[in-house]
Amino acid sequence: MSMTNSQARPGEAELIKSVCNGEREAFYELVRPYERMIYATAISVVKNPADAEEVAQEAVLKAFSNLASFHSESKFSTWLVQITYNEARMKLRKARPHLYDSIDEQQQGEEEEYRPKDYADWRPISSELLEQNEVRQALQNAISALSPPYREVLVLRDLQQLSIKETMSILGVSKATVKTRLHRARLVLRDCLAPGIDGSWIKGTPFRKVRAW
Amino acid sequence: MATIEISCVEVWREISNYLDEEISPETRERMEAHFKVCAHCTAVLDGTRNIVELVGDGRVFQMPDGLSKRLHKKIQNLP
Repeated sequence: MSMTNSQARPGEAELIKSVCNGEREAFYELVRPYERMIYATAISVVKNPADAEEVAQEAVLKAFSNLASFHSESKFSTWLVQITYNEARMKLRKARPHLYDSIDEQQQGEEEEYRPKDYADWRPISSELLEQNEVRQALQNAISALSPPYREVLVLRDLQQLSIKETMSILGVSKATVKTRLHRARLVLRDCLAPGIDGSWIKGTPFRKVRAW
Repeated sequence: MATIEISCVEVWREISNYLDEEISPETRERMEAHFKVCAHCTAVLDGTRNIVELVGDGRVFQMPDGLSKRLHKKIQNLP
């Protein structure tokens, strides 16, 4: 029926049936293509690899025990991201309740205009450079440095490639909020990564800025 | 050309929506006319698009070694 269902991986529905009939190995087959997605969701919330692994494990177990409640009209991958996301948030809340208190509230300054820095031009960072540890690390650091509301939207939309609608439903925020936060997150990342575009991540020289807006 | 001009500030505000095709055809047309004459806004657009591509590449967060195996084991050991 639904559009999203047609995007399910081939054989997914059969695997789900097998798991529900008690075939445990089928569950591993079902989850395996999404391991990286689960881990990336987890680490984008909890930030450190050890916690992210724990969250990934908890999320997989939870998905297994709740599989009977999965409805085939939604996408299995989105359902998994939702579970992982909830587990990750719960972990963060337990670990640092004070820090996490304000996350659901409107962020201060969210309505303010973000002014992108003015660089004369943009020399593209080729995705092949992601093979280099420095470049990957720079991008990871920039994503981690975003405050949680921005990071979460960016990870769901740009990293997990979820639709605006799916992102709205996972985060429980409006379309306008998804768009505003995504917008800012992308511009901030651009500003963070600009110093690297002439290779200065390695050389340590600042990128030449042409003028202040 | 009957395109109404758009300011840099207005362009930045819509950069992300532009990339996601979440703008009206009229706004798109105005922005495209602006990009043709404004190198700075073009640099903002190019950079933002580049970021979106990099983040979506999937190689940003590498899984720790052995995580896949550990998950498999966890599933096998389910009660």
